[in-house]
Amino acid sequence: MPEKTMRDAINEALHQAMEQDESVFVIGEDVAGCSGSAGDVGAVGGVFGVTGGIYHRWPDRCIDTPISESAIVGAAAGAALVGMRPVAEIMFADFIGVCMDQIVNQMAKFRYMFGGKSRCPAVIRFSSGGGFSAAGQHSQAMYQVMTSFPGLKVVVPSNAYDAKGLMLSAIQDDDPVLFFEPKILYQETSDVPDEMYTIPFGEANFVREGDDVTVVAFGQMVPKAAAVIDALAEEGISCDLIDPRTTSPLDENAILESVQATGRLVIVDEAPPRCGLTADIAGLAADKAFSSLKAPIKQVSAPHSPTPFSPELEAAYLPDADKISAAVKATLA
Amino acid sequence: MAIAKETLLHAYRTMRTIREFEERVNAEIMNGQIPGFTHLYTGQEANAVGVCAHLDKSDTIISTHRGHGHCIAKGAEVSGMMKELFGSSEGLCKGKGGSMHVADIDKGILGANGIVAGGPPISVGSALAAKIRKNGKVAVSFSGDGSVNQGTCFEAMNMAVVLQAPAVFVIENNYYSEHTSINYAVGCDDLKARTEAFGFPVFVADGADFFAVHEAAGKAIAHARAGNGPAGVFAEQGRYHGHFVGDPQAYRAAGELEDLRENHCPLKNFRARMAETGELSDAELDAIDAEVMAEIEQSVTDAKAAARPTAEQVTEDVYIQYTATA
Repeated sequence: MPEKTMRDAINEALHQAMEQDESVFVIGEDVAGCSGSAGDVGAVGGVFGVTGGIYHRWPDRCIDTPISESAIVGAAAGAALVGMRPVAEIMFADFIGVCMDQIVNQMAKFRYMFGGKSRCPAVIRFSSGGGFSAAGQHSQAMYQVMTSFPGLKVVVPSNAYDAKGLMLSAIQDDDPVLFFEPKILYQETSDVPDEMYTIPFGEANFVREGDDVTVVAFGQMVPKAAAVIDALAEEGISCDLIDPRTTSPLDENAILESVQATGRLVIVDEAPPRCGLTADIAGLAADKAFSSLKAPIKQVSAPHSPTPFSPELEAAYLPDADKISAAVKATLA
Repeated sequence: MAIAKETLLHAYRTMRTIREFEERVNAEIMNGQIPGFTHLYTGQEANAVGVCAHLDKSDTIISTHRGHGHCIAKGAEVSGMMKELFGSSEGLCKGKGGSMHVADIDKGILGANGIVAGGPPISVGSALAAKIRKNGKVAVSFSGDGSVNQGTCFEAMNMAVVLQAPAVFVIENNYYSEHTSINYAVGCDDLKARTEAFGFPVFVADGADFFAVHEAAGKAIAHARAGNGPAGVFAEQGRYHGHFVGDPQAYRAAGELEDLRENHCPLKNFRARMAETGELSDAELDAIDAEVMAEIEQSVTDAKAAARPTAEQVTEDVYIQYTATA
C-alpha cells in the first residue's frame, strides 16, 4: 500500500470526490491562489497545499475568495441548502472567531429550526492546533469548542489513512461537518489506499490494545500517546489507546467498554482544560462507569492559558510524553 | 410597463394577506395566544410583493427577523405559518422555529433569520450555486437598514461582486435599527452611493408603492439573472408597528405613525392606482379582501385546534443521521 502524507491523503480525497460528484466544490482563501494576479492561478492550492491541483482540473469549482470568513462559511451554507456539496476552507481554526455566527447560528441550526425540512451538506475544513510557534491566534484546537453545538458533526483525524476516509465520509454526509486537520501532522505519513473508501463517524479506532489503562487521545495527541504507550509496554504496562476520530458523534461505547475492562482512564488533548474534551470524557466515565474505576481519572491538557509563541514556552504548554506517561503511571500508583 | 391583470390580482391579494396576517398576529400576541418574540411587517408589504413578483419557485429568498411578509410573498402557506407561530407541531417548521425562523426550502424560502445580516452571506451561497450550475436562477436577500452596518453584509456584497454571483440585495429602509434612527446609525449621508461603491447598481423605490418596487426590483433581478453579477434594491418605507410587538416606540415623532398609516400605505396606494387606471374594479378588490379575511380567520381557528408538540420531539431533526453508538 502506498505511503502518503496527511496533506496528500486529504488532497486525494478532494480530487476523488470532485471527480465523482459535480456538486462538490472547494472555496476559500487561496484554495486556488493567485486569482487576479499576473502569476500562475492555481499555483498555491491552499496555504498548506491541501487543495493543490484542483483549480487546474476544475477551475469553475475551485473558488478563491476575499479574506471574508463569514462570507465563506455563508456561501458554503447557502450553496449546500440548495443542493451543492461545498468544501470550504477556513485557513486556521482560530478564525472561527470571525465566522462563528454563520457556523453556530446558521448552518448548525437550519435543519432543526426549519422542522427537519432542509439539508445542509457542507464541509468546513480548518487547520488546527499547536506546535508551529504560531502563537495565540494561529494555534488553537477549537474542535473542543465546536463539539458543544448540536447540529454540527466534528471530525479530528490523527493520521493520513483516517483523514482520507473521514474526508470522503464528510463530503457524502448530509449534515454540516467541521473537519479539523492538526497542521503539525500534515507531513506525517501512513499507508493510504489509492481507491476511495470511507470511515464512519462515531466509530473510534483502537490504536493500541492493552489491559491496564485506557488512554483516550485526540488529533495530534494520538501519535504522541502511542509513542508513550509503546515505551510503557517495555516497562510492562499495557494500555488501550482510543482515538475517537469524531468528537461529535462520539463513540461513547468504545470508551466505556474499555474503562470497564481496565478500570483506569487517562484523557489527553492539546486544548486548555475548561469545558473541553478531557473534562467531557471524564464526566462520561464518572457518570456511566464509576463503579469500574480503580483510580482517579487523569486529564492531560494544555493549561488555562493562550498558546505562547516562544518554542520553549510552547513545548511547556502542550502535553508531552512526560506528562502523558506520568498520568498513566499515576493511575497505577 | 403594463402588468398583467393576473399579476395585479395576485399582488393585491398577497399584500392584503400579509397585512391581515400581521394585524391578526398582533392581536393574538396581545391576547397571549402566541409566545416568543415577534416582529411585524405591516406597512412594508409592497417591498416583499414587488420583489417576489419577479421570482420563480426555484429562485431563492432569505429573510430577516421581520420575515412573515417575505415568506408569504414567496408562497409560504399561511395556515402552516400561523400554526408555526402558535407553536404547533403541525406548523411549517413543526414548532421548532417560530416567527423568526419560518422557512420552506421547497419553495425557495431559505428562512427568516434572527441574526441581523445573517442572511446575505447565505444568499450569496445560493447565488454561487446558481452560477456554478448555470441555471439562470437568482438569490434574493432581504435585509433592513440595520443590516447595512454589519460586517457580514459588507462581506457578502463584496463576495458577490468578486464571484459575479446572481445575488440581489434588497435593503428595506424602515428608518430604525430597532430603536435607533438611521440618521444616527449610518455614518454617511448617501447609503445608495455607499452600497454602489461595492461595484453593483442599486435601484431605489418608494416602498409604499408596489409599482415603484416592482419596477426597481425588475431591473435589479434582470441584471443579476442575465449574468451581470449582483444588484441592489433600496426601498424606503416605515413599519406601522414597533421593532417588536409591545415596543412602546419612544423614538417616534408626534404624528409619525398616523402619517405613515394615512399617507404611506401600499394597499391604499394600490387601490388608488387601480381606481385611476381602471385595471381592477373596487368589486374585485373588495372580494379579495373578504376572501383574505376568511382565510386568516380560518388559519387562526386551525392553529388553535392544531396538535401540540410532545417532549420526545425536542431532539428530533437535529441531524439527518447521527451515528453515535451510545
